[in-house]
Amino acid sequence: MNELPHARATQDLAPGEEQGGRESLARYLTGLGFAIVLTLASFWAAQTEFVWPPSVPILLAVLAIGQMGVHLVFFLQISSAPDQTNNFLALAFGVFVVALVVFGSMIIMANLNANMMPSPMPMG
Amino acid sequence: MTTLETFTPEAMTDSKAAPISERGPARTEVVVGFGFWLFLLSDIVIFATFFAAYAVLSGNTAGGPSGAQLFDRWRVLIETACLLASSFTCGLFSMAIQRRSFAGAFLGAVVTFLLGGAFIALEVSEFARMIETGAGPTRSAFLSAFFALVGAHGLHVTLGLVWLLTMIAQIATLGFRPMVVRRLFCFSLFWHALDIVWIGVFTIVYLGAR
Repeated sequence: MNELPHARATQDLAPGEEQGGRESLARYLTGLGFAIVLTLASFWAAQTEFVWPPSVPILLAVLAIGQMGVHLVFFLQISSAPDQTNNFLALAFGVFVVALVVFGSMIIMANLNANMMPSPMPMG
Repeated sequence: MTTLETFTPEAMTDSKAAPISERGPARTEVVVGFGFWLFLLSDIVIFATFFAAYAVLSGNTAGGPSGAQLFDRWRVLIETACLLASSFTCGLFSMAIQRRSFAGAFLGAVVTFLLGGAFIALEVSEFARMIETGAGPTRSAFLSAFFALVGAHGLHVTLGLVWLLTMIAQIATLGFRPMVVRRLFCFSLFWHALDIVWIGVFTIVYLGAR
């Protein structure tokens, strides 16, 4: 009986698997609260004069990544706990591929645009 | 007698009884959940290609309207609120499934469906208005990328709504069989993942347009 928590921790959990009644309601409510605050902050940051304008895209990116983290932790219930190693590694690989595709495309296209010959006058 | 005992489920979960390589196959819930998690991540990689195309093409308006001229932030805020609320009610829905409560599950499913439906209705009316004013997907590379990305997300939400209707019918006819509960579990993962994709959409497409 003493070893039960330890034994349980070595078993895998599916992503988002529920643990119990009251605890998960508190978790969903906390997630909802964080998500509402972060969403409103994003919409505020997009139109405010209060923040130095060139920093707004970075602020938006930080708020979006924060909100994605809130959704992953509180709604999808992903963590780095030992019973979630597989889920977490799969997520890390997914994030890696997404970052490669998005930032790779942006860097390559910006580089191609910068190296374009000045376009000739349109024929006609 | 002793050899039999070592193969009972209790002995299998005891970490001292068996090393991880000899512990046998995982529970069906874990196998199904992990497989669906891999599908969701590959789906997000597909979205990443649409995001990459949009990020590269968002400035190429070909003399047509730009995002800042087309998008209505209040509408996007309401769409976001609908989707976030439906993600929350989907959480309540899966809690009701854990309690095996029919009333709670139906209520959660119906509210989730209505909020998702409101999101789709707002998005379709936005698309219809844009196409009416000549800002359809054929107008410029920016608009092609916009309709591909936001349309792909809307298509996923629509398929999710069809799936949700199917699951309501299955709860009504089959009850909370383990098979049905596993499908409901996959549905809630799908729905939460779509909300995560929407965070990227509203940040990059709608709030990034200036």
